[in-house]
Amino acid sequence: MKHLKATTFLIAAALAAPLAAQEAGGRLDIVVQPEPPSLMLGLVQNGPTQLVAGDIYEGLLRYGTDLQPQPLLAKSWEISDDGLTYTFTLNEGVKWHDGEDFTAEDVVFSADVFLRETHARLRASLAYVESITAPDDTTVVFQLKEPFGPFISVFETGTMPIVPKHIYEGTDFANNEMNATPIGTGPFKFEAWEKGSYIHLVKNEDYYVDGLPYLDEVYYRVIPDAAARAVAFETGEVDVLPGGSVENWDVPRLTEMDNVCSTGSGWEFFAPHAWMWLNNREGPTSDVRFRQAVMYAMDRDFQRDVVWNGFGNVATGPVSSKTNFYSDDVTIYDHNPEKAEELLAEMGYDGEEVRLLPLPYGETWQRWAEAIRQNLSEVGINVSIDSTDVAGWNEKTSQWDYDMAFTYLYQYGDPALGVSRNYTADRIQKGSPWNNVEGYDNPELDEKWFAAATMISPEERQAAYNEIQQEIVDDVPVAWLLELEFPTIYRCDIKDLVTTGIGVNDGPRNAWIEQ
Amino acid sequence: MWKRFRSNIGAMVGVVLLVAVIFIAIFAPLIFANTPWQMVQRPFLAPFAMESLPLGTDTLGRDVAAQLAYGARVSLLVGLVSTLVALLIGVPLGALAGFYGGYVDEGAMRFTEFFQTIPNFALAIVLVAIFEPTLASITLAIAIVSWPPVARLVRAEVMSVRKREFVDAATLAGLSKPRILVRQVLPNTVSPIIVMASLMVATAILLESSLSFLGLGDPNAMSWGYMIGAARTVIRSAWWLSFFPGIAIVITVLALNLIGEGLNDALNPHLSRKGKA
Repeated sequence: MKHLKATTFLIAAALAAPLAAQEAGGRLDIVVQPEPPSLMLGLVQNGPTQLVAGDIYEGLLRYGTDLQPQPLLAKSWEISDDGLTYTFTLNEGVKWHDGEDFTAEDVVFSADVFLRETHARLRASLAYVESITAPDDTTVVFQLKEPFGPFISVFETGTMPIVPKHIYEGTDFANNEMNATPIGTGPFKFEAWEKGSYIHLVKNEDYYVDGLPYLDEVYYRVIPDAAARAVAFETGEVDVLPGGSVENWDVPRLTEMDNVCSTGSGWEFFAPHAWMWLNNREGPTSDVRFRQAVMYAMDRDFQRDVVWNGFGNVATGPVSSKTNFYSDDVTIYDHNPEKAEELLAEMGYDGEEVRLLPLPYGETWQRWAEAIRQNLSEVGINVSIDSTDVAGWNEKTSQWDYDMAFTYLYQYGDPALGVSRNYTADRIQKGSPWNNVEGYDNPELDEKWFAAATMISPEERQAAYNEIQQEIVDDVPVAWLLELEFPTIYRCDIKDLVTTGIGVNDGPRNAWIEQ
Repeated sequence: MWKRFRSNIGAMVGVVLLVAVIFIAIFAPLIFANTPWQMVQRPFLAPFAMESLPLGTDTLGRDVAAQLAYGARVSLLVGLVSTLVALLIGVPLGALAGFYGGYVDEGAMRFTEFFQTIPNFALAIVLVAIFEPTLASITLAIAIVSWPPVARLVRAEVMSVRKREFVDAATLAGLSKPRILVRQVLPNTVSPIIVMASLMVATAILLESSLSFLGLGDPNAMSWGYMIGAARTVIRSAWWLSFFPGIAIVITVLALNLIGEGLNDALNPHLSRKGKA
C-alpha cells in the first residue's frame, strides 16, 4: 500500500510539474500478449485490443488512478441535480485520422447505434438511457430514465470508444472493410500490422492537444513465449512489459536490472479481483459454514507473498479497495485453521471430495491452486485438482460443473458495473462464466444492490454499499482471494507512461523519453 | 543364468540403483516428515542451505527431496503398470498372429501397423488430453502406444519356434493347437519378452515424465516430469529445481537399461556380444 501511495504521489507531482521538461521524439516498443484478434475497439474489447487500440480510439473521458473523470474528447461535463441529464462539451478542432471533422453526431452514432449493437457490457448501462442527442456540433446530452449512480464511469475508451459515423453508418459493422485499418481520433494513427510480428502506430500530427503526443511512433511487438518476452526486454529489444506479460518469478530479476522501473499502478479502473467460485447449489460448498471454513483455512498472505511475489492485496470482500464505494468494515478472515476445523466439525463434514478447478493461465495459477489445496487439506478438506484448458474452464464454469473454481474479473470502477453482476439472482444464467456462476440467491440483498445502483448522492451510495459488503462477506458466496496487481515493467527513461487508471492502454499519449 | 547375470558388472550396478529407487519410493512417508505438497520453508531455498532440507525448496517452499521420493512412486507405478498392460495386449495378439498365420496374421498385423504409423508421443498426448489427465488415463495411454513392438516381437519369435521339431512332435502326440501355443511355444519366447519389458519400463517412465512436463500429468500426483515442467520458468534463478528430478530420471532409466542389457546377455548367451559371454 505504502509503495502504491508513493507512486500515486509521484504521478501527481509529475502532472503538476511544468510541461517544459518533456522532450519530443523517439520510439517505444511495447509487448502485446497475446496478439489481438482485431484493432476495431468498437467490436472487440479484449485486453490486447484495448492495449493497442487505446492509442487509436478515444472515449469522452479518461480516469485518473483515483478513478476521478478527466477530460479527453469531452473538455467539460455537467450532471443535473436529479442525476438524469449528462451534458458533455466536446473539444473543438478534433479530426479523424482520415481528415474528416469529428462532431457530436459521431458520439450519438457510436453510443446509440454502433455500440448498442456490438458492446454487451455497455449495452447493460445504456438500458438506463432514455435518449442521446446532439443539440450542436460540440454538445452531447445523455438523458436517463432513472438515476444510475455509476453512469459517469462508462465513458472510458474501452467502455465507450467513439467510432467514425462517416465510415460505419449504414454498413454491416462486423464486416466493414475499414475494420482492418482503424480510424480514430487518438494520439496515434494505425500504420501497419505485420501479423505474428508487430503492430506499428505513428504520431497523429493533428492531435487536438498542442504538443501531444511526444513520441514519434509506437511498435507493439508480438512475442508468444513468456521467457522470450523476458529476454527481449533484457536485450533492449522492447522497452515496456505491460502487466502480465512475464511470469511473476521473472519480475524481481528484471526489475533489479539497471535503468528498469516498475509500477503496480495503472489497473485501478479494472481492479482485477480474484476469487474461487464456490458452488452454492450442491455438495459441501452449499453450506455456509463450509464456505467460511475455506476462508479461514487459506493463508492468503502467503499466496500474495509467495505465489504473486508480493504483488497485490488480500481481498476483504467482493469490492476491491481500488474501486469506488469500497468498505473494510467487514468480517476479516485471517488464516485460522483451528476456526476452520471447528466450523467443519460443527457442520459434520464427512471428508467428501471437493473438486478444484484452476485457471489455465500458466504456472502461477497452477501453483496457486496447489497452495490452496494444501491449505485446505491441512484442515481436513479433501481436495482434488481438476486439470483443464481454457475451453474446458469456460465450459465447466458456465455449465456449473465444478465445486470450487478460480476466476478473476474486472470491476470497472463501480460496484454497479463490475461487482453486483456476480451476486444478484437475476444474473444466475447458465452459459456465461462472468455472471452469478456460484448461484448465490439472496433476494433481500438483491434489493439493496438494485437500490444502491440508482441512488444519486455518493454519500448515500457509500452507506448502502457499506451495508451490502458487511452482509455479503458473512455469507461467503465465493472465496475472495486477492486484489491482483500486474506490475508494468519499463525503462526508467520513459516518463509519464502510467498516469491513469487504465495505465498503458492510453499511456503513450502522455509518455516521453528522456534523452 | 543368474551366474551369467551376476558376472555382468553393468547389470549389477543397474540392480543396485533400481533397488535403491524402489526402496526410497516405498518408504518415502517414513523417510520424509513432509508431504511433497506441504509448504515448509521459504521458497527458492538453495540445496544444502539447511540440513533438514538437503535439496532445497521449490517455488512454493516445498521440500524438493520429498518431492523426488514421492515422484519415484508415480514413475515406477506408471512404468510397471503400463508395461504390464502393454504386454497383456501385445503378447496374445502377436502369438495368435505368429502361430495361426494367414488371415489372422494379416488382420492382426494391419491392426498393429495402424498404431505403429502414428508417432508414439503424439498419440499419447491426444489420448491423455481426451481422457483428462489422471494416473489411470496416463498409464493406459502409455500402454496403448507401447504394445505394437511387443506384438511384432512375439509374432516373429512364435513363427520361428512353431517350425521346430518339438512342435511337430506335440502335434503328432495329438495335442490341440491352442494347447501347443500356450504350453509349448510361448514358454520358449519368454526371454526376449522379459528383456523387452525391462526396456519398456524405462521408456514408459520417460513418456510419463514428458507428458507431465507438458502439463499433461495428474495434477494430484507429484512426479518428476511435473517437477521439471514447473521449474522450467525459473531455470535461470533456481537450477536445482530441474536438475535433481532430471538426475533421478537419468538414474532410473539408466538402471533399467543396464538391467535389460544384462538380462539380454544372460538369457541369450549365443547372441551376446563378444567377450561378454
